[in-house]
Amino acid sequence: MSATSTAVRRKRAATAGFHLGAGALAVLWLLPIALVLVTSLRSFDDIAVHGLGSWPRSFTLDNFRQAWVDGGQQRALINSLVVTIPCVLVTLTLAAMAAFALSRYEVPFRRSLLLLMLGGNLLPPQILLIPVSKLSELMGVYDTLPALIGVQIGFGVGFYVFVLHGFMRSIPVEIQQAAVIDGAGPWQIFWRIILPLTRPALAALSALSFTWIFNDLLWAITVLRSDSKMPITGALIGLQGQFVSMWNVIAAGSVIAAAPTVAVFLRFQRHFVAGLNLGAVK
Amino acid sequence: MAVLTAPERTSPAPPPPRGRRARGPRRTPPLVLAFLLVPLLAEAVWVFWPALQGLYLALTNWDGVSAPEFVGLGNFREMAHDEVFRTAAVDTVLWLVLFGGLSALLGLGAALLLQQERRGVGFYRAALFLPVVFSLVATALVWQAIYQPDGVLNQLLESVGLDSLRHAWLADQDTALYAVIVPALWRQVGYVMVLYLAGLKGIDPALYEAAKVDGAGPWQRFRYVTLPQLRGVNAVVLSVIIIDSLRSFDVVWSLTRGGPYHSSELLSTYMYSTAFQSLRLGYGSALAVVIFVLAFGVIASYLVRAFREAD
Repeated sequence: MSATSTAVRRKRAATAGFHLGAGALAVLWLLPIALVLVTSLRSFDDIAVHGLGSWPRSFTLDNFRQAWVDGGQQRALINSLVVTIPCVLVTLTLAAMAAFALSRYEVPFRRSLLLLMLGGNLLPPQILLIPVSKLSELMGVYDTLPALIGVQIGFGVGFYVFVLHGFMRSIPVEIQQAAVIDGAGPWQIFWRIILPLTRPALAALSALSFTWIFNDLLWAITVLRSDSKMPITGALIGLQGQFVSMWNVIAAGSVIAAAPTVAVFLRFQRHFVAGLNLGAVK
Repeated sequence: MAVLTAPERTSPAPPPPRGRRARGPRRTPPLVLAFLLVPLLAEAVWVFWPALQGLYLALTNWDGVSAPEFVGLGNFREMAHDEVFRTAAVDTVLWLVLFGGLSALLGLGAALLLQQERRGVGFYRAALFLPVVFSLVATALVWQAIYQPDGVLNQLLESVGLDSLRHAWLADQDTALYAVIVPALWRQVGYVMVLYLAGLKGIDPALYEAAKVDGAGPWQRFRYVTLPQLRGVNAVVLSVIIIDSLRSFDVVWSLTRGGPYHSSELLSTYMYSTAFQSLRLGYGSALAVVIFVLAFGVIASYLVRAFREAD
């Protein structure tokens, strides 16, 4: 009797220890986020007098208005979405098409083609920066959003092809053979059979690629120049220059920049984590 | 490589096709070829062709306006005497070891701590994971507020009586690089944790039972069961870390732009500022080639592994 009660007590102590340790870790990780949220709601005078780390003594939403309107974050957020949403849709469509061709048909050199496409994505982007900026000048799209969309699609597609290829390959051949016997062409097989079965992978990759493209800075500052065309990451750096040491506005800007990806994460958490495991190559 | 397979896949692996042709028709329909060629073309235009150009530009002097002047390996000879290049290379190695090593260790530690399904564990995982979805730019700005001379870190030090440690963290050459690594780590640990969590989930519990029966303690079970079973994940994590380290740009650029006096300069930031601020496009391309060469081993081993996976 006493032996079991000792065991229960020990187990309870272990649970308490776990929550203490994991809780401390979680607090440590959430603290910077809490700090920026609180800072974004404080007035400039409050921060100037009491410092960033003090307990907040004021509450205002005006910082968001300043970042949103005066800081140009509204336009930047629209730019980001104008780039990100078509990029996600087009990249995944193209990748699904290529993965379908490579995984379901005896395309000549399919293995080499697959690896070539993956290899393109694994290249360090630095080697592409200068030629890509020159190329977009040559094509007359330098400093326009289509240039950014183009390079994001071209650079991303190889990776998604590789992941989707792995996924589609696991769909049994018999399903396709049955469709062929019923007289289905490649388009019908792709659209009616393979694509619906690939939905989980597509969902995971969309959640993931949304955050990657939305958060990118390097490609944006390579092919864009005007402030009015910058996506939210570039605009945030601009905001930092415009509102030097006005931490309340900068914090509000950071909150605005992080909100869409956090929303996607909270809404599609399961897909998101699945996507990271699916896409461990990145 | 367990992580590379989709977790959602519930159906058992398909039976091996009878002969290579069982997979599909022998002749590829034109539509299927088009399906393949369009994405390939997109990648060729924006990646393969620029990559070849980049390799060529590395052999030239170019200001971006007049015609590039071919100088052979001149850019690489210049690197040998370039102090900033040396700093950037050393910093990149330091970044690889510190950022890479710590994110792997902390990620594994967090995964071990949070691997068991119990009440509240979902919250802890989400807390560690949340920064992964932040842009590095937003991350950097948050941390800049922390590092300011009158920022949170200094206020904290003061309040516990460690005034002597107060510091302009990002403006001091001795601390800038380390101050930049912390936010990068803060963001990366959750990512590595997810990879390890998936790996730990894939270990057969029977192995632990067997080890327990044989009298293995917790440390021995970790040493002789967990670690060897994580070999595949380790390889993935290692590659991710090396590639991410060499690509690291956003966080440094938004925090310090490589300064002060190049003390937090990485090869990637040096390449960017050389090319787009000093407008030395040839030399910048040569730096990009160095980054590529450093990454090449990882890329190649990845492709070799992918080659085995692909069929």
